[in-house]
Amino acid sequence: MTQETQALQHEESHPTPGTYFKVAMILSILTAIEVGVFYLEFVGWGIIPILVLLSGAKFILVCMYYMHLKFDDRIFSTMFVAGLVTAAGVTLALMTLFSFFG
Amino acid sequence: MAQATADHGEHEATTTGLNHRKMLMWAFLGSDCMFFGSLIATYLVYKNRSLEGPLPIDVFSIPTTSVSTFVLLMSSMSMVLAYSALRRNRMKTFRVWLASTAIMGMTFLAFQVFEFRVFANHEVVVDCHAPIGELSIVELSVRNDKTVGCEATGHDEVEKQVGLTPKTNLFGSTFFTLTGFHGAHVTIGVIWLLTMFFLSFKKGMVTPERNLDLDLAALYWHFVDIVWIIIFTVVYLFGVFPGFA
Repeated sequence: MTQETQALQHEESHPTPGTYFKVAMILSILTAIEVGVFYLEFVGWGIIPILVLLSGAKFILVCMYYMHLKFDDRIFSTMFVAGLVTAAGVTLALMTLFSFFG
Repeated sequence: MAQATADHGEHEATTTGLNHRKMLMWAFLGSDCMFFGSLIATYLVYKNRSLEGPLPIDVFSIPTTSVSTFVLLMSSMSMVLAYSALRRNRMKTFRVWLASTAIMGMTFLAFQVFEFRVFANHEVVVDCHAPIGELSIVELSVRNDKTVGCEATGHDEVEKQVGLTPKTNLFGSTFFTLTGFHGAHVTIGVIWLLTMFFLSFKKGMVTPERNLDLDLAALYWHFVDIVWIIIFTVVYLFGVFPGFA
Protein backbone atom coordinates (compact mmCIF):
# COMPACT_ATOMS: atom_id res chain seq x y z
CA MET A 1 0.00 0.00 0.00
CA THR A 2 1.50 3.33 -1.02
CA GLN A 3 1.81 6.31 1.28
CA GLU A 4 -0.66 8.23 -0.88
CA THR A 5 -3.27 5.47 -0.46
CA GLN A 6 -2.71 5.39 3.28
CA ALA A 7 -3.05 9.17 3.49
CA LEU A 8 -6.25 9.00 1.43
CA GLN A 9 -7.69 6.35 3.75
CA HIS A 10 -6.91 8.58 6.74
CA GLU A 11 -8.77 11.43 5.08
CA GLU A 12 -11.76 9.26 4.19
CA SER A 13 -12.03 7.85 7.71
CA HIS A 14 -12.49 11.28 9.34
CA PRO A 15 -15.82 11.47 11.21
CA THR A 16 -18.90 13.12 9.73
CA PRO A 17 -20.41 16.36 11.16
CA GLY A 18 -23.08 14.15 12.77
CA THR A 19 -20.42 12.28 14.74
CA TYR A 20 -18.82 15.56 15.83
CA PHE A 21 -22.22 16.75 17.07
CA LYS A 22 -22.83 13.50 18.99
CA VAL A 23 -19.41 13.82 20.65
CA ALA A 24 -20.27 17.41 21.63
CA MET A 25 -23.52 16.20 23.21
CA ILE A 26 -21.65 13.52 25.18
CA LEU A 27 -19.11 16.14 26.32
CA SER A 28 -21.93 18.43 27.47
CA ILE A 29 -23.66 15.61 29.36
CA LEU A 30 -20.40 14.59 31.04
CA THR A 31 -19.80 18.20 32.12
CA ALA A 32 -23.34 18.44 33.48
CA ILE A 33 -22.83 15.20 35.45
CA GLU A 34 -19.51 16.57 36.79
CA VAL A 35 -21.18 19.71 38.10
CA GLY A 36 -24.23 17.76 39.34
CA VAL A 37 -22.16 15.21 41.25
CA PHE A 38 -20.28 18.07 42.84
CA TYR A 39 -23.48 19.22 44.61
CA LEU A 40 -24.37 15.73 45.95
CA GLU A 41 -23.10 15.86 49.51
CA PHE A 42 -23.56 12.13 50.22
CA VAL A 43 -20.93 11.22 47.60
CA GLY A 44 -18.20 12.44 49.98
CA TRP A 45 -14.64 11.47 49.02
CA GLY A 46 -16.06 9.27 46.26
CA ILE A 47 -16.29 12.46 44.23
CA ILE A 48 -12.56 12.34 43.46
CA PRO A 49 -12.50 9.11 41.38
CA ILE A 50 -15.81 10.10 39.77
CA LEU A 51 -14.51 13.51 38.66
CA VAL A 52 -11.18 12.03 37.52
CA LEU A 53 -13.03 9.44 35.41
CA LEU A 54 -15.44 11.98 33.92
CA SER A 55 -12.76 14.53 33.02
CA GLY A 56 -10.55 11.69 31.72
CA ALA A 57 -13.39 10.55 29.47
CA LYS A 58 -13.85 14.11 28.15
CA PHE A 59 -10.11 14.44 27.56
CA ILE A 60 -9.95 11.15 25.61
CA LEU A 61 -13.05 11.95 23.54
CA VAL A 62 -11.63 15.32 22.40
CA CYS A 63 -8.22 13.77 21.62
CA MET A 64 -9.65 10.81 19.70
CA TYR A 65 -12.44 12.46 17.71
CA TYR A 66 -11.75 16.20 17.53
CA MET A 67 -7.96 15.94 17.32
CA HIS A 68 -8.35 12.85 15.07
CA LEU A 69 -5.84 10.76 16.98
CA LYS A 70 -8.09 7.75 16.47
CA PHE A 71 -7.79 8.12 12.72
CA ASP A 72 -4.29 9.59 12.27
CA ASP A 73 -0.90 7.90 12.32
CA ARG A 74 0.13 6.42 15.67
CA ILE A 75 3.34 8.45 15.69
CA PHE A 76 1.26 11.53 16.53
CA SER A 77 -0.39 9.73 19.45
CA THR A 78 3.00 8.55 20.68
CA MET A 79 4.45 12.07 20.61
CA PHE A 80 1.49 13.49 22.48
CA VAL A 81 1.19 10.69 25.04
CA ALA A 82 4.95 10.90 25.72
CA GLY A 83 4.53 14.55 26.76
CA LEU A 84 1.40 13.71 28.72
CA VAL A 85 3.02 10.85 30.64
CA THR A 86 6.06 13.00 31.44
CA ALA A 87 3.79 15.79 32.72
CA ALA A 88 1.76 13.37 34.86
CA GLY A 89 4.99 11.82 36.19
CA VAL A 90 6.41 15.22 37.14
CA THR A 91 3.14 16.16 38.88
CA LEU A 92 3.00 12.93 40.89
CA ALA A 93 6.70 13.07 41.77
CA LEU A 94 6.45 16.68 42.97
CA MET A 95 3.33 15.98 45.03
CA THR A 96 4.94 12.94 46.62
CA LEU A 97 8.15 14.85 47.38
CA PHE A 98 6.33 17.78 48.93
CA SER A 99 3.95 15.60 50.96
CA PHE A 100 6.94 13.86 52.60
CA PHE A 101 9.55 16.62 52.74
CA GLY A 102 7.57 19.85 52.19
CA MET B 1 9.22 22.12 -6.10
CA ALA B 2 8.29 22.68 -2.48
CA GLN B 3 6.09 25.60 -3.47
CA ALA B 4 4.42 23.56 -6.18
CA THR B 5 3.60 20.68 -3.83
CA ALA B 6 2.38 23.04 -1.12
CA ASP B 7 0.02 24.71 -3.58
CA HIS B 8 -1.59 21.37 -4.28
CA GLY B 9 -2.02 20.51 -0.62
CA GLU B 10 0.56 17.75 -0.71
CA HIS B 11 3.82 17.59 1.18
CA GLU B 12 7.34 16.82 0.17
CA ALA B 13 8.64 13.28 0.72
CA THR B 14 9.67 12.60 4.32
CA THR B 15 11.26 9.55 5.94
CA THR B 16 8.10 8.89 7.99
CA GLY B 17 5.71 9.64 5.15
CA LEU B 18 4.06 12.16 7.47
CA ASN B 19 3.87 15.90 7.09
CA HIS B 20 6.64 17.75 8.91
CA ARG B 21 4.38 20.63 9.93
CA LYS B 22 1.86 18.31 11.53
CA MET B 23 4.65 16.38 13.23
CA LEU B 24 6.06 19.65 14.56
CA MET B 25 2.64 20.68 15.89
CA TRP B 26 2.27 17.40 17.80
CA ALA B 27 5.81 17.78 19.17
CA PHE B 28 4.85 21.29 20.34
CA LEU B 29 1.63 20.03 21.93
CA GLY B 30 3.56 17.27 23.72
CA SER B 31 5.97 19.88 25.10
CA ASP B 32 3.07 22.16 26.04
CA CYS B 33 1.63 19.26 28.06
CA MET B 34 4.81 19.38 30.14
CA PHE B 35 4.51 23.15 30.47
CA PHE B 36 0.97 23.00 31.82
CA GLY B 37 1.82 19.87 33.80
CA SER B 38 4.47 21.81 35.71
CA LEU B 39 2.05 24.69 36.37
CA ILE B 40 -0.68 22.31 37.60
CA ALA B 41 1.90 20.46 39.74
CA THR B 42 3.01 23.77 41.30
CA TYR B 43 -0.61 24.70 42.03
CA LEU B 44 -1.29 21.33 43.69
CA VAL B 45 1.94 21.34 45.68
CA TYR B 46 1.19 24.77 47.18
CA LYS B 47 -2.50 24.03 47.72
CA ASN B 48 -3.57 24.57 51.34
CA ARG B 49 -0.25 26.27 52.16
CA SER B 50 -1.51 29.84 52.04
CA LEU B 51 -1.16 31.56 55.39
CA GLU B 52 -4.01 33.97 54.73
CA GLY B 53 -7.12 34.13 52.54
CA PRO B 54 -8.97 34.37 50.30
CA LEU B 55 -8.87 30.67 49.47
CA PRO B 56 -10.60 28.79 46.59
CA ILE B 57 -13.71 28.13 48.69
CA ASP B 58 -14.06 31.90 49.36
CA VAL B 59 -13.91 33.08 45.74
CA PHE B 60 -14.78 30.34 43.24
CA SER B 61 -18.23 30.34 41.63
CA ILE B 62 -18.79 26.89 40.12
CA PRO B 63 -21.97 27.84 38.16
CA THR B 64 -20.14 30.72 36.41
CA THR B 65 -17.09 28.63 35.55
CA SER B 66 -19.32 25.75 34.39
CA VAL B 67 -20.87 28.06 31.81
CA SER B 68 -17.48 29.23 30.52
CA THR B 69 -16.31 25.58 30.40
CA PHE B 70 -19.38 24.67 28.36
CA VAL B 71 -18.68 27.57 25.96
CA LEU B 72 -15.11 26.36 25.40
CA LEU B 73 -16.29 22.77 24.84
CA MET B 74 -18.81 23.96 22.24
CA SER B 75 -16.09 26.01 20.54
CA SER B 76 -14.23 22.74 19.97
CA MET B 77 -17.30 21.35 18.22
CA SER B 78 -17.63 24.41 15.99
CA MET B 79 -13.90 24.17 15.20
CA VAL B 80 -14.19 20.60 13.85
CA LEU B 81 -17.34 21.56 11.94
CA ALA B 82 -15.38 24.43 10.33
CA TYR B 83 -12.63 21.97 9.40
CA SER B 84 -15.16 19.51 8.02
CA ALA B 85 -16.87 22.26 5.97
CA LEU B 86 -13.56 23.42 4.51
CA ARG B 87 -12.66 19.89 3.41
CA ARG B 88 -16.04 19.68 1.66
CA ASN B 89 -15.41 23.06 -0.02
CA ARG B 90 -18.38 24.72 1.70
CA MET B 91 -16.72 28.06 2.25
CA LYS B 92 -19.73 29.95 3.66
CA THR B 93 -20.41 27.25 6.25
CA PHE B 94 -16.71 27.11 7.02
CA ARG B 95 -16.62 30.86 7.71
CA VAL B 96 -19.73 30.71 9.92
CA TRP B 97 -18.29 27.92 12.09
CA LEU B 98 -14.83 29.49 12.22
CA ALA B 99 -16.27 32.87 13.27
CA SER B 100 -18.44 31.07 15.87
CA THR B 101 -15.33 29.40 17.29
CA ALA B 102 -13.51 32.72 17.57
CA ILE B 103 -16.55 34.37 19.19
CA MET B 104 -16.86 31.55 21.72
CA GLY B 105 -13.15 31.85 22.44
CA MET B 106 -13.62 35.57 23.09
CA THR B 107 -16.64 34.80 25.29
CA PHE B 108 -14.49 32.44 27.35
CA LEU B 109 -11.86 35.18 27.71
CA ALA B 110 -14.56 37.65 28.76
CA PHE B 111 -15.66 35.21 31.48
CA GLN B 112 -12.05 34.94 32.63
CA VAL B 113 -11.59 38.72 32.80
CA PHE B 114 -14.90 39.00 34.70
CA GLU B 115 -13.80 36.27 37.12
CA PHE B 116 -10.40 37.89 37.72
CA ARG B 117 -12.08 41.23 38.43
CA VAL B 118 -14.52 39.65 40.89
CA PHE B 119 -11.63 37.90 42.65
CA ALA B 120 -9.61 41.13 42.85
CA ASN B 121 -12.58 42.99 44.38
CA HIS B 122 -13.69 40.16 46.66
CA GLU B 123 -15.51 41.47 49.73
CA VAL B 124 -15.90 39.51 52.97
CA VAL B 125 -18.89 40.08 55.27
CA VAL B 126 -18.65 38.58 58.78
CA ASP B 127 -21.40 38.07 61.34
CA CYS B 128 -19.74 39.05 64.64
CA HIS B 129 -21.99 36.65 66.58
CA ALA B 130 -21.11 33.60 64.48
CA PRO B 131 -19.11 30.86 66.26
CA ILE B 132 -15.38 31.28 65.60
CA GLY B 133 -15.06 27.62 64.60
CA GLU B 134 -17.40 28.17 61.64
CA LEU B 135 -15.37 31.05 60.18
CA SER B 136 -12.87 30.60 57.38
CA ILE B 137 -9.31 31.93 57.63
CA VAL B 138 -10.16 35.11 55.75
CA GLU B 139 -13.38 35.68 57.75
CA LEU B 140 -11.44 35.24 60.98
CA SER B 141 -8.84 37.79 59.89
CA VAL B 142 -11.59 40.31 59.04
CA ARG B 143 -13.35 39.61 62.36
CA ASN B 144 -10.13 40.31 64.28
CA ASP B 145 -8.99 43.24 62.13
CA LYS B 146 -7.72 46.09 64.28
CA THR B 147 -9.41 48.81 62.25
CA VAL B 148 -12.61 47.34 60.75
CA GLY B 149 -13.03 44.19 62.91
CA CYS B 150 -15.84 43.35 65.34
CA GLU B 151 -14.06 44.56 68.49
CA ALA B 152 -12.72 47.71 66.83
CA THR B 153 -16.10 48.83 65.46
CA GLY B 154 -18.52 47.22 67.93
CA HIS B 155 -20.87 46.38 65.03
CA ASP B 156 -22.93 43.18 64.68
CA GLU B 157 -21.62 42.71 61.17
CA VAL B 158 -18.38 43.88 59.59
CA GLU B 159 -17.10 43.85 56.05
CA LYS B 160 -13.78 44.34 54.32
CA GLN B 161 -12.50 44.12 50.78
CA VAL B 162 -10.03 41.24 50.68
CA GLY B 163 -9.16 40.91 47.02
CA LEU B 164 -7.30 37.99 45.51
CA THR B 165 -4.35 39.01 43.33
CA PRO B 166 -1.13 37.18 42.38
CA LYS B 167 0.54 38.95 45.33
CA THR B 168 -2.05 38.01 47.98
CA ASN B 169 -0.97 34.48 48.84
CA LEU B 170 0.40 31.24 47.41
CA PHE B 171 -3.03 30.30 46.08
CA GLY B 172 -3.30 33.63 44.22
CA SER B 173 0.20 33.31 42.74
CA THR B 174 -0.23 29.74 41.48
CA PHE B 175 -3.86 30.19 40.39
CA PHE B 176 -3.28 33.35 38.33
CA THR B 177 -0.09 31.94 36.78
CA LEU B 178 -1.87 28.75 35.67
CA THR B 179 -5.13 30.29 34.44
CA GLY B 180 -3.33 33.37 33.09
CA PHE B 181 -1.08 31.24 30.87
CA HIS B 182 -4.12 29.27 29.73
CA GLY B 183 -5.90 32.54 28.93
CA ALA B 184 -2.83 33.65 26.95
CA HIS B 185 -3.02 30.42 24.94
CA VAL B 186 -6.71 31.06 24.22
CA THR B 187 -5.90 34.64 23.14
CA ILE B 188 -3.26 33.38 20.69
CA GLY B 189 -5.79 30.83 19.42
CA VAL B 190 -8.43 33.52 18.85
CA ILE B 191 -5.93 35.68 16.93
CA TRP B 192 -4.95 32.64 14.84
CA LEU B 193 -8.60 31.82 14.03
CA LEU B 194 -9.48 35.41 13.16
CA THR B 195 -6.42 35.60 10.89
CA MET B 196 -7.59 32.47 9.06
CA PHE B 197 -11.11 33.88 8.85
CA PHE B 198 -9.96 37.09 7.16
CA LEU B 199 -7.46 35.24 4.95
CA SER B 200 -10.31 33.04 3.70
CA PHE B 201 -11.66 36.06 1.78
CA LYS B 202 -8.38 36.32 -0.12
CA LYS B 203 -8.36 34.04 -3.12
CA GLY B 204 -6.23 30.92 -2.79
CA MET B 205 -5.19 31.52 0.84
CA VAL B 206 -7.63 29.14 2.58
CA THR B 207 -8.75 26.34 0.30
CA PRO B 208 -9.85 22.69 0.72
CA GLU B 209 -6.51 21.60 -0.77
CA ARG B 210 -4.66 23.57 1.91
CA ASN B 211 -6.78 22.29 4.79
CA LEU B 212 -3.66 21.40 6.77
CA ASP B 213 -3.31 25.10 7.72
CA LEU B 214 -6.69 24.92 9.45
CA ASP B 215 -5.98 21.44 10.81
CA LEU B 216 -2.96 22.80 12.70
CA ALA B 217 -4.97 25.70 14.13
CA ALA B 218 -7.70 23.22 15.13
CA LEU B 219 -5.19 20.96 16.91
CA TYR B 220 -3.96 23.93 18.91
CA TRP B 221 -7.52 24.98 19.74
CA HIS B 222 -8.54 21.50 20.92
CA PHE B 223 -5.40 21.30 23.02
CA VAL B 224 -6.38 24.53 24.79
CA ASP B 225 -9.78 22.92 25.40
CA ILE B 226 -8.40 19.71 26.94
CA VAL B 227 -6.08 21.68 29.19
CA TRP B 228 -9.14 23.55 30.48
CA ILE B 229 -10.95 20.22 31.09
CA ILE B 230 -8.13 19.34 33.51
CA ILE B 231 -7.97 22.82 35.09
CA PHE B 232 -11.75 22.90 35.65
CA THR B 233 -11.68 19.58 37.50
CA VAL B 234 -8.40 19.89 39.41
CA VAL B 235 -8.46 23.59 40.27
CA TYR B 236 -12.14 24.53 40.47
CA LEU B 237 -14.11 21.39 41.44
CA PHE B 238 -11.44 19.91 43.71
CA GLY B 239 -10.68 23.45 44.94
CA VAL B 240 -14.04 23.97 46.60
CA PHE B 241 -14.58 20.34 47.66
CA PRO B 242 -14.75 20.51 51.48
CA GLY B 243 -12.31 17.63 51.91
CA PHE B 244 -9.69 19.43 49.84
CA ALA B 245 -10.34 23.04 50.77
